[in-house]
Amino acid sequence: MVWQAHDYEQIPGTYVFDGKRSHSGYALNKMAYSFNQQVNRDEFARDMDAYCRKFGLSDEQREAVLAADFLKLLHLGGNIYYLAKIAIFHGLSVQDAGASFQKISTPEFQALLNQNAAGFEEKLTKTGGYWHG
Amino acid sequence: MAKIVGGVTTSHIPAIGNAMSKKLEQDPYWKRFFDGYEPVKAWLDEVKPDIAIVVYNDHGLNFFLNQIPTFALGCADHYENADEGWGLQTLASFEGDAQFSWHLVESLIRQDFDMAMCQEMLVDHGFITPMALMWRHLPKWPVKAIPLAVNTVQHPVASARRCYQLGKALRRAIESYPEDLKVVIFGTGGMSHQLQGERAGIIDVDFDLLCMEKIINDPEWLTQLSNTEIMEKAGTEGIETIMWLVMRGALHPNVKVVHKHYHAPISNTGAGVLVLENAEMTAA
Repeated sequence: MVWQAHDYEQIPGTYVFDGKRSHSGYALNKMAYSFNQQVNRDEFARDMDAYCRKFGLSDEQREAVLAADFLKLLHLGGNIYYLAKIAIFHGLSVQDAGASFQKISTPEFQALLNQNAAGFEEKLTKTGGYWHG
Repeated sequence: MAKIVGGVTTSHIPAIGNAMSKKLEQDPYWKRFFDGYEPVKAWLDEVKPDIAIVVYNDHGLNFFLNQIPTFALGCADHYENADEGWGLQTLASFEGDAQFSWHLVESLIRQDFDMAMCQEMLVDHGFITPMALMWRHLPKWPVKAIPLAVNTVQHPVASARRCYQLGKALRRAIESYPEDLKVVIFGTGGMSHQLQGERAGIIDVDFDLLCMEKIINDPEWLTQLSNTEIMEKAGTEGIETIMWLVMRGALHPNVKVVHKHYHAPISNTGAGVLVLENAEMTAA
């Protein structure tokens, strides 16, 4: 039994959520999905450790959930949309998680986004036909 | 007969939903982004569609990883929004059109697009954010809405080419419906963004603008790219842009650009807006 290799594994710093990841992260993501219900969020908030055990997370996954280690959770099969449902308990957004993946602060991450988009209005003018208000 | 009055592309990210809930439209960060939707709203007000088919992806509300359909169509008379777990405001329910949906699904399956059929379907931010962007100023939704969910979360994800072909089949399905309905199609999601991993935070304005031009004039170009090539440029979550091709495939080869708007960054993304009409329709 082998997991087939994929060309997207060559993209640096990227964890394409394929069958292999989804298989390894199933319990973790299933727990996160349960947080769509308030009653489950309340139960998790009362005792996070016990709730992780109830869903059968591995020790590594459980520790990473409690430590809000989102890069580790990505390595362990977490999907970003499901991790967002966990991040909220640590008072964190997807953008905060994005910063944590690179070990930078959220303002630094936001500055990176601004920098990546810098100069877009000139490019719109050059391309032509864009709404400018 | 039912006819397609046009197609719209739009972002659907939850940050926009939060901004609308908090009425941040005039906030300096948001103003240019939201102002760029005023021409879209004016166009919708003019063409007055009866039905909006919203092409979007579910992010873990209706579909968990236990069962992921590649393409799914809502076949109900109404759709509910619900709690996604992280505090986004829940919106009023949406009226559907079951007869039209079942016609679409029959026609699509006859054309070899094996849609999952959903008679109960919770619609998440991918669906409600576009609806709110267009019509939150009205006391009730002025159209019936049909969710068309494309899996972009669990790989393998359908190819850009397949999404474009689905759009072509969708056009034939719509235009073979006997009732005089005006249909608008929303292709939602994108553009470049990556939420996960050390590469999180990429925005590729050049690729986004190239995609905007190609969607208008040469959609076949985008269908030649593999999902890996798209993710390399646009990021893992930027793969959502393939859903624009469902809308584009449903329009004629030649389209008229009614409106073209881009802003970045909006939260983690490049945000592109297009309003397209069939060129033949406007030539008369």
